[in-house]
Amino acid sequence: MMDAASEATNFGPFWLSVQLASVTTVVLILAGTPIAWWLSRTASRWKPVAQAVVAMPIVLPPTVLGFYLLILLGPHGAIGSWWVEMTGSALTFSFTGLVIASCIYSLPFAVQPMQNAFESLPLQTLEFAWTQGASKLDAFFAVAVPMSVRGFIGAAVLSFAHTLGEFGVVLMVGGNIPGETRVVSIAIYDHVETLNYGAAHRMSLLLLAFAFVVLLGMYVINRRWSTR
Amino acid sequence: MTARSTGAGGDVMAFRHALKRGSFELDVDVQIPAKGITGLFGESGSGKTTLLRCIAGLEKSAAHAGPPAHKRGVGYVFQEPQLFPHMDVRGNIEFGMRRSDSARVDMRQVVEMLGLDEMLDRDTRGLSGGEAQRVAIAAVLLRSPDLVLMDEPLASLDQRRKDELLPYLDRLHDELSVPMVYVSHSIDEVSRLCDHLLLIEDGKIVAAGELHELLARLDIPMLWGRNAGTVIDANPENYDSDYDLTQFRFSGGQLHVPGHFGSDTPNLRLRIAASDVSICRSQPSETTILNVLPARVDAIHESGPSSDMVRLAMGDDFLVAQVTRRSVARLGLKAGDEVFAQVKSVTVRH
Repeated sequence: MMDAASEATNFGPFWLSVQLASVTTVVLILAGTPIAWWLSRTASRWKPVAQAVVAMPIVLPPTVLGFYLLILLGPHGAIGSWWVEMTGSALTFSFTGLVIASCIYSLPFAVQPMQNAFESLPLQTLEFAWTQGASKLDAFFAVAVPMSVRGFIGAAVLSFAHTLGEFGVVLMVGGNIPGETRVVSIAIYDHVETLNYGAAHRMSLLLLAFAFVVLLGMYVINRRWSTR
Repeated sequence: MTARSTGAGGDVMAFRHALKRGSFELDVDVQIPAKGITGLFGESGSGKTTLLRCIAGLEKSAAHAGPPAHKRGVGYVFQEPQLFPHMDVRGNIEFGMRRSDSARVDMRQVVEMLGLDEMLDRDTRGLSGGEAQRVAIAAVLLRSPDLVLMDEPLASLDQRRKDELLPYLDRLHDELSVPMVYVSHSIDEVSRLCDHLLLIEDGKIVAAGELHELLARLDIPMLWGRNAGTVIDANPENYDSDYDLTQFRFSGGQLHVPGHFGSDTPNLRLRIAASDVSICRSQPSETTILNVLPARVDAIHESGPSSDMVRLAMGDDFLVAQVTRRSVARLGLKAGDEVFAQVKSVTVRH
């Protein structure tokens, strides 16, 4: 996936991280939206259970999550063996495996901002949309989504940033394969281990600046939105 | 459930709704005319809004489930205008139009009628409560619904904004053919706007009928006390500029009302509260009351431990007077007596 030249300039792991974070963010927005919507609307007694499950990655050590994922996604695991049967290749130590692991790891960071945004939607505004002839799905896309833009931006930025910063889960599930699973946090750890502080510095600084710019961007957008 | 059918009295719409929530129980089976404005009048907590929500398909727990809200063709004007903040005024108005398969209502007419010409490109966030409500009403009308529900559209506005919006509602009543149900806990509002009235109490319809007739009934406790009063239709005849008084003619005679009402506005609706009517056996010669009219006692009904309601017939119209039982006894009033009605105050819908 990454050629040796870019790996040599240290950008390889960085771009791999950006790629992983981007794919994870897209998947999480798509998959997290229905979860967030259900959580924001349901009166089911299972809601606290679902909330706890979604929030677990926040409190669990990444190694615990990584450990279970390694077992689950491994060639003999429930999902991993099925995947091998379907595609002929293993999920662990692959980019796809990393995406799955990252999605679970960053799920609460996508769901919670969207859920908060949906919960702050006045029900009557949706009811107005329904009585104006919009079906529930139509009203969701035409009214709920545009009114929750901030929640979506927050969810995207947080999932992206959180995936970019993950280390433990990636190490457990993905290992350290250049161009496939050697993301920037792993590469930095590697450089430090081998006492290559210069390379570690360059990558860390790049990540530092990137994280700052992304978060700054989000807060600026949020401010614009709220003062409009 | 809403069914439209044609009966002896013209087109009617039938509603049958039941719902139980805690100790509250809604149980309604009623027909309303499929034209004009029907007022739904009751105290807060009587189930007015719940009934509207059932009609609109917004109550999931309603016993007689019907089609989903977006397929009912029932427009809903909420007490607090619910505009979409991410769209301008035009976007809000066109939202329902784009989702409606019929365009029975002309956009320009409605926009002009509600005074929105200058506002179409404005952001909804800068609108005052009254302006936002006018936009919401326009949006609902332009969706070409078969029925419009209005849930106390004036309740969230201060008096100045109310006075500002009411004339627009008068115009809707006069110029549009879509039937409406108008919820209010203000008898003045329903007397002014409605043609037909439903009275609701504890989730049940206690009375229904044509506005003038229903208000003249004496046997409905909801229409005693401060809600008591009748409406009569009258035409302005003369204006006396010296005293700023307009003389109205109605079937039972003449009434003098402060203010100028031109003959270009025929058929105005006058409301006379029962507390503003008193009864004399003989014509009072020296009184500050302007309007003293001959009348016949039509019926007398108890309305409390110490008070009676007296219905007075004058021509084809009725007044009701709220008086003490002692006065009725002292004057020896009974049905058929010829008396004089003193009318202290008249409200004109203009």
